Amino acid sequence: MSKAPLSNRFDEGPDERGHFGIFGGRFVAETLMPLILDLEKAYDAAKEDESFQQSLRDFSSHYAGRPSPLYFAERLSEHLGGAKVYFKRDELNHTGSHKINNCLGQILLAQRMGKTRIIAETGAGQHGVAVATVCARFNLPCRVYMGAKDITRQKPNVFRMRLLGAEVIAVESGAGTLKDAMNEALRDWVANVENTFYIIGTVAGPHPYPAMVRDFQSVIGKEVREQIIEREGRLPDSLVACIGGGSNALGLFHPFLQDEDVRMFGVEAGGHGLEGDAHSASLSGGTPGVLHGNRTYLLQNGDGQILEGHSISAGLDYPGVGPEHAWLKDSGRVSYVAVGDDEALEAFHLCARLEGILPALEPSHALAHVCKIAPQSSGDHLIVMNLCGRGDKDIFTVAEHSGGMDGVIDS
Amino acid sequence: MSGTRIDKRFGELRKQGRAGLVTFLVAGDPDFDTCLECLRTLPENGADIIELGMPFSDPMADGPAIQAGSTRALQNGASMPRTLELLRRFRAEDATTPVVLMGYYNPIYIYGVERFLDDAAEAGVDGLILVDLPPEESDEILPQAQKRGIDFIRLVTPTTDSARLPAILDGASGFLYYVSIAGITGTKAPNTDKVRKSIEALRQHSRLPVAVGFGIRNAEQAGALGLLADGIVVGSALVERIADPETRDGIPGLVAELANALRSQSRKAAS
Repeated sequence: MSKAPLSNRFDEGPDERGHFGIFGGRFVAETLMPLILDLEKAYDAAKEDESFQQSLRDFSSHYAGRPSPLYFAERLSEHLGGAKVYFKRDELNHTGSHKINNCLGQILLAQRMGKTRIIAETGAGQHGVAVATVCARFNLPCRVYMGAKDITRQKPNVFRMRLLGAEVIAVESGAGTLKDAMNEALRDWVANVENTFYIIGTVAGPHPYPAMVRDFQSVIGKEVREQIIEREGRLPDSLVACIGGGSNALGLFHPFLQDEDVRMFGVEAGGHGLEGDAHSASLSGGTPGVLHGNRTYLLQNGDGQILEGHSISAGLDYPGVGPEHAWLKDSGRVSYVAVGDDEALEAFHLCARLEGILPALEPSHALAHVCKIAPQSSGDHLIVMNLCGRGDKDIFTVAEHSGGMDGVIDS
Repeated sequence: MSGTRIDKRFGELRKQGRAGLVTFLVAGDPDFDTCLECLRTLPENGADIIELGMPFSDPMADGPAIQAGSTRALQNGASMPRTLELLRRFRAEDATTPVVLMGYYNPIYIYGVERFLDDAAEAGVDGLILVDLPPEESDEILPQAQKRGIDFIRLVTPTTDSARLPAILDGASGFLYYVSIAGITGTKAPNTDKVRKSIEALRQHSRLPVAVGFGIRNAEQAGALGLLADGIVVGSALVERIADPETRDGIPGLVAELANALRSQSRKAAS
């Protein structure tokens, strides 16, 4: 087992084999190996190419709407009584979440590599919508794999993808959620190696995806750094973000990993509680294993069979997590906690009423943790939470769990 | 290691001047007893080597048939200890047919690499094919397997180029598994001309026997590819027949038909 230690920095991984400590790597079928080696080479070249970076910056500004604002959530802060809470408003990006940051990077890379067909997996549909969007803009055919169960609970996003010209394929195998969609996307890729680029939506999968997606998402943390210094004249004390695969969290955390005074909290989906199986908290409730091209923390049984996660939020319902998070957990740099369905729902309503923002159910988990730590902090404690997606897609799920549409209106 | 069952078997096949038939079933599919019964019929109907799939919840390189087989097995109590028990029971009655365990890395990693290799060797395994463990990651099991005399069978694919081949061949033993299509098991049919070229190129670099698999479903295909390779792997066509008792009864016949297609070539070669 390769355990080549990283340097004593937290932000320099992975090593040249794509390992973060024992995590990460390239556990893929031989058919795919030449492809991911090509991708690594192409990405390394693009990273150093000023014209590629310039093009990405242009699209980020003028198409996606970056930088996203850093907003002082004054009423929420007053309500919680303690820390000053800021929201990084990545839900205001084009397509309504942070997912577009990564998709712009990868579609530019696909174009540069001469690929003519795009595939992707999606859970809540936010990544699928972002992929369908960039495929429309760059005129490339797009196929999105989505679990049949997720298609049912995220109908608006399915319709959005189809409006954008994408082909949405329902995946019936397994529990019909994100894990199964990823299996099916990998099967497609292995069968269409000549022309196809696979846009993975999170900081997982075989190397170089975890590092590449993190790099594309790190724009979030870099902006926060500048914005908070402009607003407060110093760095934040705590960063909070939700974790499914973990791309929005790593995007926020990564530029701060060497700032030892900045505490970081990754918030996983606790579902119905960590004591049972009905959660998606791979870091808090899982064990290391190998799935989808990398070694990381997984929800699995004692026989190494992967378990189905559960979360009210389709975007967090994944039994794995990015390998860099696994490493950051074991190294102690980031604290990983879990928040249950009910707490996330409560935070959703609180944010709607106090701030006039409907957060997606994914960042509602992060917000629920903010609600726990803010009251225990002093008035000069600065918290930045990544509000990584908007909640329009979730209104039906929220209604269902809150006594129906009428129940919400009358409450 | 000329004494292994795999080497002996390919030696015999060479003498007979024909390719061997490699049959694949998922361990414990549809249940332990039925699977064991089915396994017993394979050698007597002409299978030369047995591949036994280790069930996994997320078989990413497999098509619908083998995926369904894995799911059936797991629903009926399959696990790594049961897979090894199945192998042990088969081996108790058949000391010569080579058995190769094929699957994904996670169940082995969780069972414990050293413990798995000890127990598999004790149960009578001859080789391992780990689909998601390319040379880049295999150093955590390959040397330990070699130490126990278990062959580490590498996959060569249509995307493998000559620059990559040395890394794949390094440490490979037993035979090479040529994946005849870019794709998943049991879907597309292989193109004979392409396979011929690839195998010819492969033979420039390695003296190991070459078995061809993925997408071979009938005697005609087996016969055509049998002229090119040292072994022909048939999996999905068997796995999709095993669940239903009616189609299951047809497995020995299909295996015999496949075996005959390869054996008839031997007669031609001899005449």
